[in-house]
Amino acid sequence: MSVLDSKIPAGPIKDKWTSYKDKINLVNPANKRNIDVIVVGTGLAGGSAAATLAELGYNVKAFAYQDSPRRAHSIAAQGGINAAKNYQGDGDSTYRLFYDTVKGGDYRSREANVYRLAEVSANIIDQCVAQGVPFARDYGGLLDNRSFGGVLVSRTFYAKGQTGQQLLLGAYSAMNRQIARGKIEMHNRHEMLDVVKIDGKARGIIARNLVTGEIERHSAHAVVIATGGYGNVYFLSTNAMGSNVTAAWKIHKKGAFFANPCYTQIHPTCIPRSGDYQSKLTLMSESLRNDGRIWVPKNMEDVMAIREGRKKPTDLSEDERDYYLERRYPAFGNLVPRDVASRAAKERCDAGYGVNATGEAVYLDFASAIERYGKEQAKIQGINNPSAAKVYELGQAIVEAKYGNLFQMYEKIVDENPYKTPMMIYPATHYTMGGVWVDYNLMTTVPGLYCIGEANFSDHGANRLGASALMQGLADGYFVLPYTIGDYLSDDIRTGKIPTDSPEFDQAEKEVKEKIDFFINNNGTKSVDHFHKRLGKVMWDKVGMARNEKGLKEAMAEIKAIREEFWKEVKVPGTANELNPELEKAGRVADFLELGELFAKDALTRNESCGGHFREESVELDGEQKGEAKRNDQDYAYVSAWEYKGEPADAVLHKEELEFNDIELKQRSYK
Amino acid sequence: MSGFFKSSIGRKVTMALSAFFLMFFLLQHFAINILSVFSPDTFNEVSHFMGTNPLIQYALQPVLLFGVIYHFVMGFILEFKNRSARVVSYAKNNGGANSTWVSRNMIYSGLFILIFLIIHFMDFWIPEINTKYIVGDMSGLHNGSFRYFHELQEKFVPIWRVALYCLGFVFLALHLLHGFNSAFQSVGANNKYTNGLKGFGKAYAILIPLGFIVIALFHHFNH
Amino acid sequence: MNLTLKIWRQKDANDKGKMVDYKVTDISEHMSFLEMMDVLNEQLVASGDEPVAFDHDCREGICGMCSMYINGEAHGPDRGVTTCQLHMRMFKDGDTITIEPWRAKAFPVIKDLVVDRTSFERIQQAGGYISVNTSGNTQDANAIPISKVAADEAMDAATCIGCGACVASCKNSSAMLFVGAKVSQYALLPQGQVEAVERVQNMVAQMDLEGFGNCTNTGACEVECPKGISLENIARMNREFLRASLKG
Repeated sequence: MSVLDSKIPAGPIKDKWTSYKDKINLVNPANKRNIDVIVVGTGLAGGSAAATLAELGYNVKAFAYQDSPRRAHSIAAQGGINAAKNYQGDGDSTYRLFYDTVKGGDYRSREANVYRLAEVSANIIDQCVAQGVPFARDYGGLLDNRSFGGVLVSRTFYAKGQTGQQLLLGAYSAMNRQIARGKIEMHNRHEMLDVVKIDGKARGIIARNLVTGEIERHSAHAVVIATGGYGNVYFLSTNAMGSNVTAAWKIHKKGAFFANPCYTQIHPTCIPRSGDYQSKLTLMSESLRNDGRIWVPKNMEDVMAIREGRKKPTDLSEDERDYYLERRYPAFGNLVPRDVASRAAKERCDAGYGVNATGEAVYLDFASAIERYGKEQAKIQGINNPSAAKVYELGQAIVEAKYGNLFQMYEKIVDENPYKTPMMIYPATHYTMGGVWVDYNLMTTVPGLYCIGEANFSDHGANRLGASALMQGLADGYFVLPYTIGDYLSDDIRTGKIPTDSPEFDQAEKEVKEKIDFFINNNGTKSVDHFHKRLGKVMWDKVGMARNEKGLKEAMAEIKAIREEFWKEVKVPGTANELNPELEKAGRVADFLELGELFAKDALTRNESCGGHFREESVELDGEQKGEAKRNDQDYAYVSAWEYKGEPADAVLHKEELEFNDIELKQRSYK
Repeated sequence: MSGFFKSSIGRKVTMALSAFFLMFFLLQHFAINILSVFSPDTFNEVSHFMGTNPLIQYALQPVLLFGVIYHFVMGFILEFKNRSARVVSYAKNNGGANSTWVSRNMIYSGLFILIFLIIHFMDFWIPEINTKYIVGDMSGLHNGSFRYFHELQEKFVPIWRVALYCLGFVFLALHLLHGFNSAFQSVGANNKYTNGLKGFGKAYAILIPLGFIVIALFHHFNH
Repeated sequence: MNLTLKIWRQKDANDKGKMVDYKVTDISEHMSFLEMMDVLNEQLVASGDEPVAFDHDCREGICGMCSMYINGEAHGPDRGVTTCQLHMRMFKDGDTITIEPWRAKAFPVIKDLVVDRTSFERIQQAGGYISVNTSGNTQDANAIPISKVAADEAMDAATCIGCGACVASCKNSSAMLFVGAKVSQYALLPQGQVEAVERVQNMVAQMDLEGFGNCTNTGACEVECPKGISLENIARMNREFLRASLKG
């Protein structure tokens, strides 16, 4: 048996969670008062966990680097949250949501975890409605659903295009109630810089007060990491500027295994980069692909003419356009899954057909949809032989009603009217399925150290379905961790308060301080962003949408070189004892520079294409699927969990073999 | 309820309630004054009634006085509080981009109205109180006929006073242009009638002060 | 384009602070305002000066971190956007741009353009929630139908991102739009009714305690709000407060 014990309960998958909960150890209410829990990160997962743990009676200390939990990047999720409520009566069920999630994840997730996720999904909606989350409703006053890519039912609950915001504000309000009760001690503008282990167990953290620069010690009986994903390793992503891997990476260095770092989701519909000054990328909801057709010009002359401004996209006739998704995937067309759509865009742009100055953009065209809706409306309104202008007007109104806010956002950023000229889009890093390895209890390989939400690896396998990130964050925080952590803490009822003056705290604090002093005193010549951008470029070019052995080996060497240069040449202005954003960035980029190398190493080791990870060496060689991603279940149906051994290149791989008892493994096909 | 009067919203509501009373008072004041243009006799009779009716004199007049004083005093208190809510002011502030001049300068239109009111009280109210309650002449007569219309005409002879009154009404108009609808918003009346009410408020804010100006000019030129 | 920037520099909460002039060159009109600030900061780091501290995070107009008072307006001259969504095409070559932090007693400056908005946190903690514990046994989400109109209106109020532009724009530094939006969200939903009386009273009391000014209905907040939160929410809160006060 490997060192990894996933602790999956025995029994049929339908009963695992229920019977496990029935037998789990509990902490009695009087004892909960004597137990402290630290929650780092207060987005959907951390916020909901902190609130629920406090409701149960634990003393919670919560940490956020922003000035309020409400600002965590969960807030930016647009589309919705899945739940197997079957309110639409369209055949949804816990099993179907479980099946869709495992299949969507390209069979690289743990069945038992995913089933539990599907099982508690319905409770999330009940809980949120009770909290006052204003989900969209139909005219009968009941909750409305929409459908999302890759599934056959309507199970996505939404609040306009701001579902993440509303769910986060719900969790935040639950936190506020506990802060007011004194059960949560909220530390805003604090960043965790290390975890403290005593006798092998996680017993506290070292945090920096970002306003005063003070290094603080906080002890607890258990530590929960809920700090989100590491998409910013690419520099440009749809993540918030401050999103970082630091907390996850620090615990990795202290013994928590890091799983599947190479599973990254590249979202196909983002606004393209416009220049080198670009600081982040903006996502346009996936729903646009329901009505937009994606194309590039067929002829290179037209590409050049468009780039030089001699032609407009609308000048090109249908014959001169290459609707490449419809061409390659007649069955799914523009609605192929995210990873497939992203790679197809990259393929065209790599071939030189990109339509903007950077050569990294394709068109998303609504002209046909406008015409189709316009004709429909004319029929509905009984207009015979409507003029083209009238059809356009009617159609535009429908498109505006469906996507008005997105079109407006696009126009604000790009300064082009997307009703008149096709939108330009390009894929961008959006979500990281990989993360800290956890067992069924969401505990890492360090006892007492938990990891939830996007920061862990657990539920999405190699690819995440739309509207599942919010579901997982809240499932972990509201309904899973509060139970499973009790099982561990039941041993700690007699431990008493953990003192912060132990040698372990001394040592951890010393290391943190040394690192900070190094940055402040290092008389380098280059800014932190300089290194971050270089790292991002290597990651995007060689560890991006398509990867191969040569590129990955180069990437590992290049990242290592950048890292070494970083430690010599980085320049951090200001002092340690003040609000110093450059210092904060320096610490985060230092960790990205290590993670990036492990990321490439993981991608190199996994010589198969699955989900968001595409190896050029692993494609179908003939038949209908020729050129498409080829998964290799024979050799790679496992979770790669990496153990830290100093240099990222020296990390040791541990495999958690994945067993599929309830779902048959199948190759995805969208032809 | 004691918390109510100390709270920011409570105070705003009382500002609005006193404003409603004052706006109603203004309307009836105007209705009586405009009579002076059309019929001096009716004006005299109504003035005498208002000046001697015990209900009006002993019940409504104190309420009015309280309303005026409350509106001013609370206006100043709130202004002081509001100013202290921003310790350092902006180096550059473009208030015109998001709000009307009148809404931002209620304190100045209010201050000018206060100056006007002091003069107005000295012109009319104090002599009236003096005649009625200190001298003790409740007859309202001067040389055998009602004195009210005559006194009114006298006051509007000097051009400086007419000018001052006109200016006072201009500021009143400015104050009302924001104040009328602001009062409704303060008591929470924001509903389907709001747009209609906004139009009505604008008309009220312009027409009533304009009417007072017409009356003043009329008496100045028809003396 | 080339620009002159007049930026508020303040070392820490105790420093007096002052406006300092900077020049930036070759700014693309496609840049966002914060990307222009990134360029300035790179320039400052290169020349050994301390970069300008400013709050920002998501850079897509939803987190509510960014908070600059640009040329006399919260989030600058564009409408319906946060500072991070403001683009340089709103400015011309040769312009002088004045950049200040939110100004309010209840938002003390931490450093440069960064202000402390925890007063908003305390207002929310005073009652901005529904007291429901997490459990798998909460009643079914469809147990209480809510009219589409009420749900949509509650959503419109709930879109507030808590950036504080309302306070910054208000000549009285009033937080009524922010508090009104939160009170309204719950007032419009059946789930919010049970605690309605205490909620509005406690939140307003905390708002007053924090030192925000009064609302004088100038409407500046509504115009500058990046999310278009309506003044109707203030009226609704006034009503809720009156009703709560009458009930005791």
